[in-house]
Amino acid sequence: MVPSYVPLSYYLLLSGFLFGCGVIGFLIKRNIITIFMSIELMLNGVNLSFVAFAAHWHALAGQVFVFFVMVVAAAEAAVGLAIIIAVYRTRETLNVDQVNLLKL
Amino acid sequence: MGEEAKALSVGVFILVSVIKSVLVLFVLLTAVAYTVWLERKVVGHMQNRWGPTRVGPFGLLQPAADGLKFLFKEDLTPPHVYKPLFLAAPMMAVIFALTSISVIPFGNSIPIFGYNIPLQITDVNIGLLLILGVTSMGVYGVALAGWSSNNKYSLLGGLRASAQMVSYEIALGLSLVGVLIQSGSFSLRTIVDAQGGRFLGFIPRWNIFHGQFIGFFIYLMAAYAETNRIPFDLPEAETELVAGYHTEYSSMKFAMFFMAEYANMITVACVATLLFFGGWHGPLIGPPLVQAVLPVFWFLAKVFCFLFLYIWVRGTLPRFRYDQLMSFGWKFLLPLAIANLVATAIAVAW
Amino acid sequence: MSFHLILFLAFGAVCVGGAVNLLAQRHPINSALSLIAVMAALAGEYLLLGAEFVAAVQVIVYAGAIMVLFVFVIMLLNAGVEEETKGSRIALLFGVPGVLTSSVLMVWVVLRHSVTEAVPIGALPGHPTDIAQLLFHDFLLPFEVTSVLILIAIMGAVVLASKPEATARKVG
Repeated sequence: MVPSYVPLSYYLLLSGFLFGCGVIGFLIKRNIITIFMSIELMLNGVNLSFVAFAAHWHALAGQVFVFFVMVVAAAEAAVGLAIIIAVYRTRETLNVDQVNLLKL
Repeated sequence: MGEEAKALSVGVFILVSVIKSVLVLFVLLTAVAYTVWLERKVVGHMQNRWGPTRVGPFGLLQPAADGLKFLFKEDLTPPHVYKPLFLAAPMMAVIFALTSISVIPFGNSIPIFGYNIPLQITDVNIGLLLILGVTSMGVYGVALAGWSSNNKYSLLGGLRASAQMVSYEIALGLSLVGVLIQSGSFSLRTIVDAQGGRFLGFIPRWNIFHGQFIGFFIYLMAAYAETNRIPFDLPEAETELVAGYHTEYSSMKFAMFFMAEYANMITVACVATLLFFGGWHGPLIGPPLVQAVLPVFWFLAKVFCFLFLYIWVRGTLPRFRYDQLMSFGWKFLLPLAIANLVATAIAVAW
Repeated sequence: MSFHLILFLAFGAVCVGGAVNLLAQRHPINSALSLIAVMAALAGEYLLLGAEFVAAVQVIVYAGAIMVLFVFVIMLLNAGVEEETKGSRIALLFGVPGVLTSSVLMVWVVLRHSVTEAVPIGALPGHPTDIAQLLFHDFLLPFEVTSVLILIAIMGAVVLASKPEATARKVG
């Protein structure tokens, strides 16, 4: 049943699985750093999709776009971690449920 | 070149690669051990004392004695450490330190049994990027060792060491881009081949004479900081932080950190030779049999000169304070590397 | 079982295991290490698809710089084991079967009705020179815009993470 070659759908399934794990981690986890890491996992899943489709349609632009995704992920990680450090300094906690002073 | 070289079949290729890997690894590990001996001897003579002399002639068996000592020492795992990472960190350090030797070419192809075997474990198109990538991954061994020891001196040492390594990685990468612009390829063999020949009749076309003089010094300083050597070795200085990130380590695990540091030194020396000093190019004299092996000898001689320079600097300079170190990396070396890159790009595009 | 399939399954297994481990671990440092394993295995997958430059950049930038930043922050803030929260019954009752059914449905649709052509090993060789041609000719504007983005991110991170007294002294 399993073909002896690797069809494109296998790469897409792997990419979808990684993205799904990222979404589940984003929703379930309570530690802000782990939530951030789930975002990075989602971005990695999407990168795999880009490269797989670039290989399928023979369009090198897919690989170039992965470059841009990585740049944006790096900028976002830097600013996000700085925000986390700032929040930790005032709230003394890394649990997102406890940063709720603005709640009604 | 005599007969036509036969193409390598898959089985022969695998066999040849395995033999090359085992040989190179054996030579590298012996080189690491004898670099330690060389350092102790040279620093000793610089400090007006003998260094190791008792074990074997000129203390040449000292590395063997040290190895036996490390094996027989008690391997202490303190109860308060985070065990999985405590055991994994030295292994990560050694693995990443030994991996980059796989793309370093030692010489031209040697004809053996009719096959043309290149003196390199594997020639990838992105060889230089692979070395940079493995260097970036080497930060983890240090950072996780410092953190898993559960000890404030180790944590501080680990944080400082990894911040230093990450900062100087940028200047390291940028200093290499000048060479890449001139050579036009990431493959190390192509970069060395572009440095053959001479100009003005007697000056060899090495990259250091061909426009990358400043680039070489930026690379040298960034590499000293990457490998945590004097004058940038604050994170592991005994007088500052007990022993920094490897305070809690003993016996084989400490030996692994030691090995990783010297293997990194050797990799840096090899890359400097390949990129700035023409690799294995040198005067080829003698009968054809000697001429086939002479490039390897030139390569090893140049690498030895670099290791001697490393040890010489260690015996001579005092160490930087941490804030001086970081401001040097970000405020001086990085702008200089960018300026070097812009100047090289303009010169090549002219 | 071609060699390509074996390699794909090997790297894929590391990806899947790392992603599941990221969710299962309670200490953030273990999650960070599993994420590093996922990124390294993804670099292997990119090599299988021929994207050599992208694979090298993935290791250098993602696994070697961004994740170092994450590990730094975990070490700096001394993040401990995650606390137990009381789960929501409704979420468990509707969530788990919902996720299972939707994922089975999607896998079936993708395997049955999508493209089944083979992707040969090393399908689209992404040499650095070809990527550079695209990056600096067709995609020059996005390239420049992302460099401005990085500059803004650097400035923002420095301001956000600096100590409050220092900024107060500068302002006042």
